[in-house]
Amino acid sequence: MRNLFVRESGNYKTSYSDDMKLFGTTGAKVKALLIVLIVLTLPLFVSNYWIGLFTLCAIASVGAIGLNILTGLTGQISIGVGAFLGVGGYTSAILTSTYGISFWIALPIAGIVTALIGGLFGIPSLRLKGLYLAIATLAAQVIILFVISRWDSLTGGTAGMVLNRPTIGEFSLSTNTGYYYLCAIILLLTVLYATNLIRTRTGRAFLAVRDRDIAAQIMGINLFQYKVMAFAISSFFVGIAGALLAHYTMIVSPELYNFHVSIEYLAMILIGGLGSVFGSILGAVFITLLPVSLSSVIDMLAAFAPDLYQLLSAFKDFVFGAVIIIFLIFEPGGLAHIWLNIKKYFKLWPFSY
Amino acid sequence: MTFFLQMLVTGVVVGSIYGLVALGFVLIYRASGALNLANGEFVIIGPYICLILMTAYKIPFMYALLITLVFSAVLGLVVERLVIRPIQNAPVVSVIMATIGLSSLLGGAVHMIWGHKTRTFPPVFPQTPINIAGVIITPVYLWSFVVVVVLLVIFSLFFKFSKMGNAMRAVADDRQAALSMGMSVKYVYAATWMIAAVVAAVGGVLLGNINGLSPTMSAIGLTVLPVVILGGLDSVLGAIIGGFIIGIVQNLAGGYLDPLVGGGLKDVVPFIIVLLILMLKPHGLFGSRRIERV
Repeated sequence: MRNLFVRESGNYKTSYSDDMKLFGTTGAKVKALLIVLIVLTLPLFVSNYWIGLFTLCAIASVGAIGLNILTGLTGQISIGVGAFLGVGGYTSAILTSTYGISFWIALPIAGIVTALIGGLFGIPSLRLKGLYLAIATLAAQVIILFVISRWDSLTGGTAGMVLNRPTIGEFSLSTNTGYYYLCAIILLLTVLYATNLIRTRTGRAFLAVRDRDIAAQIMGINLFQYKVMAFAISSFFVGIAGALLAHYTMIVSPELYNFHVSIEYLAMILIGGLGSVFGSILGAVFITLLPVSLSSVIDMLAAFAPDLYQLLSAFKDFVFGAVIIIFLIFEPGGLAHIWLNIKKYFKLWPFSY
Repeated sequence: MTFFLQMLVTGVVVGSIYGLVALGFVLIYRASGALNLANGEFVIIGPYICLILMTAYKIPFMYALLITLVFSAVLGLVVERLVIRPIQNAPVVSVIMATIGLSSLLGGAVHMIWGHKTRTFPPVFPQTPINIAGVIITPVYLWSFVVVVVLLVIFSLFFKFSKMGNAMRAVADDRQAALSMGMSVKYVYAATWMIAAVVAAVGGVLLGNINGLSPTMSAIGLTVLPVVILGGLDSVLGAIIGGFIIGIVQNLAGGYLDPLVGGGLKDVVPFIIVLLILMLKPHGLFGSRRIERV
């Protein structure tokens, strides 16, 4: 058994299977175990308010990982995530509230329905690239939200719908802690799936499509299949996140899924790091907690200038935009890249030169 | 019939504003290949400045407009220098995101400085509507139509005959080649953003005269996206004609189909057109087709 606290100071992998391993070293295994332990025991240490925030972070992380599979891995830009969150949320709402189907069946169905619709709107991606695709997804967002807000008989129109928290047998997940565990477990599963996806044939095909889709096609990758697949897989997770979010806030209405939500999710993966699962989580946590911390800053400043409360939402927008720009200019690799740099620095510490 | 004509005329004049705002998109796309999603904010900052100059400092409209245009030009330059130039070579998604971030930042700033109330412009154009064969038009609309046509002519000539216009076309066509021919790409980019910001401000002032001024007006930045897609992202003529088409279709759909679905169709129809156009003719009506090589 090697010393756990000594990091590998070079690359000692001698075979492909070594290189592909999910947990390359004992240290990595211990680290993963520790993270799982911390995530699962977190509710013992923090207040109810923070558990609520962490739940939101976990839900956002699921969605961000989904989007990152599409935008970061496959290179297809989507600025219509908000609507797909909505599709997930509404599917779950309709199934559980209108038809009385159990949440545990509704959740995967919400994912699958969103995946189908996502795949459908992914079809144009075969011909469209970059900016054009981005606008097509924006059009998808506007159209989906219009349908949701006009299909009164199914969705309750602009008034929205009310949902309940799920139950397991007699045990209800209505407390924040219970729901936190649900979201945390789903997040762990999502992370496991996404990290594995990158190692598979499909994942490598996605990367090839991202780097140069025509070249990928020449090498025998079926572009249509993989692009639509990327849209479907990504939308599946976004749909799951949407359903989780809907059952957390216990309400769905069209305004909750507007353009701003799409931007927030894009910001998460850009600030976190394109194509990085860990980065998606960092970005999701960052963007979810940013408005909260800004509110507390305003709270402190409001003691001196009471007018500040009126500026709160504008101030949030301002800082949100500034943060995005600053990251894009100074750290395009995102938080994941910063983390990597820190790790690199400590790899040979204190003898790095 | 009068109803149809009224819808048609309203469509044309609304379309002329769309065309004007779309022009800003096209100019920037032509030169730098970026889509400026902060265009909506460019559109509202101009009229706010103009309004403040006119109401608080009592400056006559023409001078206020002039100062506004200068200010917008500076804004365009600053944005290009601070935000766009550092990420010129980044992937498309980063550039899109940077302009989205910019729109959030500028929108937040406008909110913080000028509040969220709707302000009305002091009347600049004559208020009495003109009645042409039963169709009623306010002079502001006519003016915006005239301005759009004039700008279309100016820009067509500019791109065809002026040195700067040709340089812009060259840079848009192939940046490397333009560089090696001794053109200053930096200078061209800066000029493009400056012009685009000025055009946006002109559109904003006209729009402010029509509807009054509020931060939510920046939504026009997104409304106009279908116009540029329809016309083709890199075509000045396409932006203007796309503007008219979208304006007309939007108003006709709003007039005839809205009662059937319960309203709100005005905002959606352009995007349905976008999806159709993208499926059938991805480069728009007048956009240049790019051949991809590996």
